[in-house]
Amino acid sequence: MRRKLVYLFLVVVALTAWMPIWMLLTGSLMGTREVVESLGPVLKTGAVGFAAWPLLPMYPTLQPFVELLLDTPEFFAMFWNSCLQVFPILIGQVVIGAPAAWAFARYEFRFKKLLFSLYIALMLMPFQVTMVSNYLVLDSLNLIDTMWSIILPGAFSTFPVFIMNRFFAAIPKSVIEAAELDGAGPFQVFFRIGLPLAAPGILSAVVLGFLESWNALEQPLAFLKTKTNWPLSLYLPQISTDNAGISLAASVLMLTPALLIFFFGQKYLEQGIAASGLKD
Amino acid sequence: MKRDAYQKLPFRKAVLPWLFLGPSLLCVSIFVVVPFVDAVRRSFFSAMSGEFVGTKNYEIIFQNKAFQLAGWNTIRFTLLCIPALILLSLALALLVHACKERRGIFKTSFLIPMAIPVASIVLIWKVLFHENGLLNKAAVAMGGTPIDWLHSSWAFLLLIISYLWKNSGYDMVLWLSGISSIPGSLFEAAQVDGANAFQTFFRITLPNLKPTLFTITVLSLLNSFKVFREAYLVAGDYPDDSMYMLQHLFNNWFLTLDIDKMCAAATVMAVTVLAVILILQFFLGRSNDE
Repeated sequence: MRRKLVYLFLVVVALTAWMPIWMLLTGSLMGTREVVESLGPVLKTGAVGFAAWPLLPMYPTLQPFVELLLDTPEFFAMFWNSCLQVFPILIGQVVIGAPAAWAFARYEFRFKKLLFSLYIALMLMPFQVTMVSNYLVLDSLNLIDTMWSIILPGAFSTFPVFIMNRFFAAIPKSVIEAAELDGAGPFQVFFRIGLPLAAPGILSAVVLGFLESWNALEQPLAFLKTKTNWPLSLYLPQISTDNAGISLAASVLMLTPALLIFFFGQKYLEQGIAASGLKD
Repeated sequence: MKRDAYQKLPFRKAVLPWLFLGPSLLCVSIFVVVPFVDAVRRSFFSAMSGEFVGTKNYEIIFQNKAFQLAGWNTIRFTLLCIPALILLSLALALLVHACKERRGIFKTSFLIPMAIPVASIVLIWKVLFHENGLLNKAAVAMGGTPIDWLHSSWAFLLLIISYLWKNSGYDMVLWLSGISSIPGSLFEAAQVDGANAFQTFFRITLPNLKPTLFTITVLSLLNSFKVFREAYLVAGDYPDDSMYMLQHLFNNWFLTLDIDKMCAAATVMAVTVLAVILILQFFLGRSNDE
């Protein structure tokens, strides 16, 4: 009996978690007419009655997707913008962050504790704290309103350094010492031992980084004024009121890469979250 | 003594860590640390004339009505949401941990909101919480009166719900990793001594989760600032007063480029966040950790 109650509670919470995805999928398969009929009371000002959201679309159709693919070139421009911002950020986080994480995990040096505390403090600061200082630098480098104003601050985030450091630190000392005895230099040790053994950590950082930057709103909202530079996360809410059908299809397409990365990377996502625990 | 140890290292060895750390440290300094120090300096100067004004910028922001409202809302939100999230995610973690089967599917389910971009579900939030939306439909069907969730003080509730929905999974994973790091021998010993489930929970599980609690509280605080995304996308620049947060205020000051106000407010925010973390660390951290 008690066991059943536990499962019931978990199932209810789980369904709540899935509900928006289900609504998006079914919604995106409704034709324009069905969308207008169901959501009219919410979308039109001054309408009466309540919105409805059928559990399954009455007349399922791929028409919204076709319309989106054929009639809205902006969508693809913004999708591409999102990619142009997210992937360089991830590459930067790994290329610059991984060696830094290695240094913190592997070496003793002066100011190590102080610098590592600084990195942790920075990773815990909300965007609003660094917003104005970011702006001042980007402005002096003439980068405001370019893709770089999103990429550079993102690539230098200290959060991935912290995550990767956890995984580097978990590599047994004996493995590294054995490699050194065999004559491996410090860079060989990093590339041949450190990187492969900490690969799950790097993937964890990448998965967390992707989900975060694919969802970025604060930075582009502040630093990108020209609409043609906008990522999907800013553009999508704009079309929602004029054309709900297309907007639902677009939402599904925006959701897809995130869900794919989630399902293929869930193991690493969980490891990454667990590693974000600030143990020492 | 430690200092000497570093100096005795041969040059090549002493310089190695800096080769690895250098690029990151340089970039972080240029893009974050130096400009932030500059922002703190600017907070004591006037942006217009460039003269030293002491704490005048701070006096201005603390007397600013919008800052008071946004600051209070942010504090209220944090104080309500973080404990709620911590309890909910702990409950989920304990229940999932107790499940012998289907653990995976529950974990996936609770984590999935993390993967859903806010922008793609704005429309869903609107349909749920609109005056003519689904929530009111249900309320009326059960004999209640419709509420304009988005444009009344209920808007605050929307923030809480979306925060809990989004972050429960993250915190649950942290709890689970905390629970699984408690040595099994402790539970066995308790069982041998005849402890019941409640005793085991309050005497062994909870005390051993204290370091995890610190982590979770700090990360939840960091993530709590991100509810701005939902708030902004659903309700815009100037939402109902009840959900006007510091994040909105920063954004609006940014549009008018009130640099000196922003510098002062950023400094206040940084100091507050640091202070909260240090206080939490004092009460929860380290004491019984490793």
